[in-house]
Amino acid sequence: MQIVKKAQAGSFESSDIMVLVEPSEKSGRYIEINSSVDIQFGEQIKHAINRKLDELQVVDIHLIAKDKGALNLTICARVETAVKRAAGVQKGFIS
Amino acid sequence: MKNVIGRNIPEYINGIGKVEPFLGAWEKLKKGWMDEITVPPPNKAKLPHQCKSCMDLRMAIEKTNPHDGMTVSFHHHLRSGDNILVMTIDILAQMGIKNITLASSSLNNSHDSILKYLKDGTITKIWTSGLRGELGKAVSEGVLDVPVTIHSHGGRVRAIHTGKIQIDLAVIAASAADEEGNATGAHGKSAFGSMGYARIDSRYAKQVIIVTDNMVEYPCTPTSIQQHYVDYVVKVDSIGDASKIASGTTRITKSPMDLRIAKLAADVIENSGMFTEGFSFQVGAGGASLAVAKFIREKMKKNGVKGSFLLGGVTSYGVDMLNEGLFRAIFDVQSFDAAVSSSILKNRNNIEISSGYYANPYNCGCMTNKLDIVVLGALEIDIDFNVNVITGADGIIRGASGGHSDTASGANLTVVVCPSFRGRIPIIKKRVHTIVTPGETVDVLVTERGICVNPKKPELEESLIKAGLKIKKIEDLQKEVEGITGVEKPIEFTDKIVGIVEYRDGTIIDVIKQVKNAN
Repeated sequence: MQIVKKAQAGSFESSDIMVLVEPSEKSGRYIEINSSVDIQFGEQIKHAINRKLDELQVVDIHLIAKDKGALNLTICARVETAVKRAAGVQKGFIS
Repeated sequence: MKNVIGRNIPEYINGIGKVEPFLGAWEKLKKGWMDEITVPPPNKAKLPHQCKSCMDLRMAIEKTNPHDGMTVSFHHHLRSGDNILVMTIDILAQMGIKNITLASSSLNNSHDSILKYLKDGTITKIWTSGLRGELGKAVSEGVLDVPVTIHSHGGRVRAIHTGKIQIDLAVIAASAADEEGNATGAHGKSAFGSMGYARIDSRYAKQVIIVTDNMVEYPCTPTSIQQHYVDYVVKVDSIGDASKIASGTTRITKSPMDLRIAKLAADVIENSGMFTEGFSFQVGAGGASLAVAKFIREKMKKNGVKGSFLLGGVTSYGVDMLNEGLFRAIFDVQSFDAAVSSSILKNRNNIEISSGYYANPYNCGCMTNKLDIVVLGALEIDIDFNVNVITGADGIIRGASGGHSDTASGANLTVVVCPSFRGRIPIIKKRVHTIVTPGETVDVLVTERGICVNPKKPELEESLIKAGLKIKKIEDLQKEVEGITGVEKPIEFTDKIVGIVEYRDGTIIDVIKQVKNAN
């Protein structure tokens, strides 16, 4: 999937994650993660995001995630929605 | 050496001394008398009509012979609105006093500003029930050389009358006092209710200063603190921030998760065999625990069951139940909101009690021993039902022992309520980071994902199953939760001990290590 514009999904609530995506200036994935459970789950969050991006066949992306302890399935859902919005596949809005 | 629940405890700690390992919740009490002696309280004298009033707090402190290595004590009834502890330590620091042992009944966010005195050697030892905020973080990162001692509310009383804590100066805040030092928290602009934790300090401290922002005409009643224990009386502008001391009434949580847990817990209580005429009851003031009171209140009305007494930290919700005639009395060691202060003043069945009467294990029977049912929260609980209420998921001290282990040990039915995980962090663990309350004193765990009964109580499990409640094995629930959250990477610690957790009988149940790579 091709990221063509900025998009976001999620919230800053506890147990949720805010995912912001935009086209990356250089080729490749640039992922920044900030998590309240970084010590305990940092690696797993990164892994979940990358796996979802693999699945959606996203090659070039700048992704910023602010996590407040979201479960893996929440992370995947938020990433998928943000990517689809940014690819123009799914409608959504930036508030 | 390992104590009886498998925690590694050193035999000796510098600055603390020889360590007595935890033996089991009731082991030390079994024989009915204690080998430790009760130290004599100080003998003091005043001449007739001698004046106790001082111009300001500094002048009063100067009269008490402050010295290096002294122990200073406070109560935490003003909660996060307290001004007096910081004010006192500031004065002692200005006088150049060093090596102070701070023995407050608890510490909270309002005390963050004394952190500089932990760094510069003004304060070198701490006894407390709780530790939070900047202080908790700094202690967890190893700011002090001597570990902090965490005690329970009942354990603190024992520690004082057996001489483990020898108080040189007690500075006791009161919302009303007279010139002789009769004092109370029940009225005045900074009213905070019961003064239960301060009673033992007034009896055993070498010097006692009452600080109030409300000098009333003699005599000040009720005499929560009595004049014959008081050396000096000081009037200040404000003992604290009234909005943070006790405001309005406590509201029941609206969180659907907490309400679900509370509803299940109330069902457990109803079917435990303990929900009978004349039962006694205590709930914590936090989210799910207080909400249990809401459902119990409904069940009491529906089934026509009346209780005997409510105990503990008291909220306006408890006062309402007293006024409705659902309970005959409240024994109040600590008041959580303004409505409770006025109830203490007006209702003779809302009885202010000392922390010794409340929970001290070294006497002929504290109130917690008479408890039928207690509902408590948890930061973590493990598959042996051990509970942590002191260290957070990152290993940093951010909680309080309070009456948790006291009430769990005393009650016939101890119910722990908590979510199974919080912000991806499992609350049910294979092993809690720090044990405050031993699993042998916990009977049932209620989470939104299921109820677990301690295998030590098979008859309880049987009656709950008969009532149609679904019971899970705690090991299964732990695995289920781990399946949802994923397996956590463990927090790393150094070998340095930054805190020791005293069980209520003075034995050491666990130690807290310094966190590595804290942010």
